[in-house]
Amino acid sequence: MKKILIVGGGMGGTILANNLARRLTNELKTGKVRITMLSASEKHMYQPGLLYLAVGKITPDELYRDQASLLEPGIEFHVDPVEEFKLDNNQVKTKSGKTFDYDYMAIATGSRMFPEGVPGMVEGAETFYTEDTALKMFKRLQSFEGGKVVITVGVPHKCPMAPLEITFMLHDYFKDRGMADKVQLQYTYPIGRVHSLENVAKWAAPEMDKLGIKYETFFNIKEVDAKNKVLRSEEGTEIKYDLLITIPAHKGMEVVEKNGLGQNGWIPTNKTKLNMEGRDNVFILGDTTNIPISKAGSTAHFEADTLGENLAAMVKIGMPVKEYDGKVFCFIEAGKDRASYAMFDYKNPPDPKAPTKAVHWFKMAYNKLYWISARGLL
Amino acid sequence: MTEKKIVDGRGSFCPGPLMELIVALKSSQVGDELEVLSTDKGSANDIPEWLNKVGHEYISTTEAEGVWHITLRKSK
Repeated sequence: MKKILIVGGGMGGTILANNLARRLTNELKTGKVRITMLSASEKHMYQPGLLYLAVGKITPDELYRDQASLLEPGIEFHVDPVEEFKLDNNQVKTKSGKTFDYDYMAIATGSRMFPEGVPGMVEGAETFYTEDTALKMFKRLQSFEGGKVVITVGVPHKCPMAPLEITFMLHDYFKDRGMADKVQLQYTYPIGRVHSLENVAKWAAPEMDKLGIKYETFFNIKEVDAKNKVLRSEEGTEIKYDLLITIPAHKGMEVVEKNGLGQNGWIPTNKTKLNMEGRDNVFILGDTTNIPISKAGSTAHFEADTLGENLAAMVKIGMPVKEYDGKVFCFIEAGKDRASYAMFDYKNPPDPKAPTKAVHWFKMAYNKLYWISARGLL
Repeated sequence: MTEKKIVDGRGSFCPGPLMELIVALKSSQVGDELEVLSTDKGSANDIPEWLNKVGHEYISTTEAEGVWHITLRKSK
């Protein structure tokens, strides 16, 4: 029997598990393959929904489904997170003390925001990368009566479009509240343009100019003086704020760091084969790789598609059959009712078009269709 | 002397070579030498500009077969 272990029940892990279950239906039935998923939670969160929660467009319950309900029959699912990786023994040990061994393992544990890494950030800034902080941010927004709102971006972070999306959505949020003339939005970004993707920045900067949104580039967050409401950069500049919103720098999950799998939680991963460097039977998906690629749900999705095909082939014919080409697809919400998207891979840069209502409604539809994606059907 | 750290940003559109460098610097020590590999010509200008702004030591840029090699030292 071949044992496939999937660690992590987010986008990448879930799509991989379902992909494999469909490709290996006969092998599952006849006991030639076992697919096991270990997750820290019984719930699956649609993380892009946090953006909408932060501005009051959805309520927290709309973010979740039961993880078990998303999984194909035949997948063994345990809410029992891994605490120890024993790669030399092809084993993991979980929180409950159980040991699971594997022939192939996929680690898809995701990433987490780490505002604690910046002095004063936790005290001084709102964010929206968890349910609690997104809800807190919405309540803060609702009580905000005017002034300077600064959106500041750390690196690395998941969801590369979120900084622009929250900025444009905040513009429309304040406009809808009749406060456009009482609020000054300012955006900061770590490199010399307003977004990592050059073509996206070329569209976004004039859009910000048009909407009266100020921006400062080459701004890497150094510290937040929460008492005096001042944000300072490594480059030596400072910005006063009345309300600070941050997309903080991220790390991989603590279990990855604690087990020495990767500095700051980023596991060294082959960018086309997706195996952990130095390991032929351990594969890495999604945010927790160290691949220089967007930390985005779509990255995890397309990686999972490739890995699913490869693992199934490795079971059936003893070898992988394809390589991951770096495909990423990201929607870009440009306000409350218009959106664009960026699609690219390792060889082809993105070329986003001007935002339209049609793409916004496609994104709205995808917010619901995501659950079909998670089941590996879309 | 510690080994030069390679930051391989070839084929990276997002986040891109400069952001990969910023991440790599966070887990580097003062005095470490790093070399960024980039297939993006713009990085050959952006990276030295940023290094100058933030106060790290820019060493050199070379280009071979469409890949830019930008070396630097973490200064603070």
